Amino acid sequence: MATEILMPALSPTMEEGTLAKWLVKEGDVVKSGQILAEIETDKATMEFEAVDEGTIGKLLVAEGTAGVAVNTPIAVLVGEGESAEVAAPAAAPTAAPTEAPAVVAAAAPAPAPAAARVMVQPDTSPDWPAGTPMKTMTVREALREAMSEEMTRDETVYLIGEEVGEYQGAYKISLGLLDQFGAKRVIDTPITEHGFAGIAVGSAFGGLRPIVEFMTFNFAMQAMDQIINSAAKTLYMSGGQMGSPMVFRGPNGAAARVGAQHSQDYAAWFAMVPGLKVVMPYSAADAKGLLKTAIRDNNPVIFLENEILYGRSFEVPDLEDFTIPFGKARVWREGTDVTLVSFGIGMAHALEAADKLAAEGISAEVIDLRTLRPIDYDTVLASVMKTNRCVTVEEGWPVGSIGNHLSAVIMERAFDYLDAPVINCAGKDVPMPYAANLEKHALITSDEVVEAVKKVTYR
Amino acid sequence: MAPRKSPASKGVETPAAKATEKSNTSKDELLKYYREMLLIRRFEEKAGQLYGMGLIGGFCHLYIGQEAVVVGLEAAAEEGDKRITSYRDHGHMLACGLDPKGVMAELTGREGGLSKGKGGSMHMFSKDRHFYGGHGIVGAQVPLGAGLAFADKYKGNGRVTFAYFGDGAANQGQVYETYNMAELWNLPVIFVIENNQYAMGTSMKRSTKSTTLWGRGVAYGIKGEAVDGMDVLAVKAAGERAVAACRAGEGPYILEINTYRYRGHSMSDPAKYRSREEVQKMREERDAIEHVRELLLQGKHASDDDLKAIDREIKVIVNEAAEFAKESPEPALSELWTDIYA
Repeated sequence: MATEILMPALSPTMEEGTLAKWLVKEGDVVKSGQILAEIETDKATMEFEAVDEGTIGKLLVAEGTAGVAVNTPIAVLVGEGESAEVAAPAAAPTAAPTEAPAVVAAAAPAPAPAAARVMVQPDTSPDWPAGTPMKTMTVREALREAMSEEMTRDETVYLIGEEVGEYQGAYKISLGLLDQFGAKRVIDTPITEHGFAGIAVGSAFGGLRPIVEFMTFNFAMQAMDQIINSAAKTLYMSGGQMGSPMVFRGPNGAAARVGAQHSQDYAAWFAMVPGLKVVMPYSAADAKGLLKTAIRDNNPVIFLENEILYGRSFEVPDLEDFTIPFGKARVWREGTDVTLVSFGIGMAHALEAADKLAAEGISAEVIDLRTLRPIDYDTVLASVMKTNRCVTVEEGWPVGSIGNHLSAVIMERAFDYLDAPVINCAGKDVPMPYAANLEKHALITSDEVVEAVKKVTYR
Repeated sequence: MAPRKSPASKGVETPAAKATEKSNTSKDELLKYYREMLLIRRFEEKAGQLYGMGLIGGFCHLYIGQEAVVVGLEAAAEEGDKRITSYRDHGHMLACGLDPKGVMAELTGREGGLSKGKGGSMHMFSKDRHFYGGHGIVGAQVPLGAGLAFADKYKGNGRVTFAYFGDGAANQGQVYETYNMAELWNLPVIFVIENNQYAMGTSMKRSTKSTTLWGRGVAYGIKGEAVDGMDVLAVKAAGERAVAACRAGEGPYILEINTYRYRGHSMSDPAKYRSREEVQKMREERDAIEHVRELLLQGKHASDDDLKAIDREIKVIVNEAAEFAKESPEPALSELWTDIYA
């Protein structure tokens, strides 16, 4: 059977090229792998090899021809015993080349948010039943309890990281876990974030549920490729066959006087990535309930803790097993004049600001997002529709911040409810300085939040 | 038969590579290897054609020339063992028994592809066949592979993992982070370095001071050896040693398999970094499929006609795969939004 040789596409973007030179002539017998022609693309001159064996029946495009479209027949190859004469109906291809599929460039319909402008349904259910006995606990203890309970519950959960075992955790979050679960499940690693993060992701592909502790999230930058390219994307790339049920956790953001490389809030970075879930708790109850949910989740979860909060005490429900769902914000304080939206340590500033504002007769509603992916837009929107004003509060840098994103969503879905522009209070747009006075100025303060609220309330 | 020279004749000790000239490998085994290697070659040639027709987009890295590596190692594996590799992954998928139709349809980005068209040439997976990708970031699959082995050791199920990477990836830092932990924790992982001599367009001697790649494991206490990757029987024998060590709890193990890719790094590689003669010489003198073909003919295990019949069968399989890959519809637009979260 005669075969048409088509002008090949020799790069991902090539649509046409120049047939620079024929290296065979009509009547030549060619073998698989033999170079037939030189073809110039916009980037390079490429050698074009024969795939099939046979005799060159006819050359259809003369050498030197420019602008030859991909898939144009350029020669006819005839098999053993066939005549070149029979083979050359150049105008009517014997086997029409299959059309390349049209590129789907059109944007698919965007998911829900744009659709319903005033359809806002915040989940106002309580996190635990009314009347539940409470106990006082630090965030540190809450995190440790969450891991201990989940490791007891599920044999496939293990903890891996630097100093999590014998040292009992650089910040003592894993205190006692080595004794409780043994060295098989509480694994000290060498200082090798890229490597152990990758091993943990691979083990999650293999059916385990790792908790990866980064001593601080600053060091997770070494492991960024494994977190994003391997953990977050594999479920999608595999068409749903395999994913990474795992948690990456550790302290995030500024501590005190540790300088630029150890003081960064990564919330907005991670929140950008589809495939990840991102949690940043403030209270001990949320730390516990959300970490338990994170460990049970079948996706990679970024769990951002805060060193300064580790030692703070909160009331935690005294229940054998309680979890807090992702994507559900918590209204810490109800108010009527302005909505303050924050998360993580930003909540400390937001709540402090609300106290100061109350003293001046301004009633602030304070919302803790708790999870940044998924994010509870409806609770924020319902509040903004009530107060008509919003200030966001976060420790991270201002460009591309969570506050920026929320402002855009509020503008899109509740524009007519706004009586003032949304203000984003964020960390200053500088690397963290070491000097005590400069560091204080680089960080967000409750006074800045108060000032922003006065602007949006025109006081 | 022409004298067979190792492609990496650098005085590296290859304890295994000698044994196979007077092979007592059975007829059935030889025919199986012949068939499997030929399937990969014909499949890749067809993929190259479809790429030329614009049916396959983006990057497409062909495995032509390296067939003996996966076919030899798969012969040493048992059901349940795992494998993970880089973006040059079509051959690995065929060698572990995946349907050529599903692989080819992934290349064309169609619904019938192994990842429903969402992964493409570089990102394919099969949980059923314990094939964990298909990874596009050079070297990332090495810690991932060790992690698969970590999971198996944790479960105590006796499985081993083949973590394939190239001579290019061998210069990534995470490989050595992984070596350290894999040996520290005795993970049942076989690090398979497919040394095809070129990291994209950079030859070993331009990128790598110490060219004995398996020897780098010595610093971490990992056993290893160099293997003639153009001899499927040598590869299989080395694979069996590595598997035995890992199953005995003496993992990890490094196999540096010296091989050669005939085609460019990807389809858009103008191949100006090596001479045409070098490629031709390797094809003519060291081709892995020709080697088995000669063993079959010399041993009177098969006639020329028998082998031609196999060629025809393979051609049919590959053409069917190509037809399927053309006819399978593109994924529904709703697929854009699925499989982001489990």
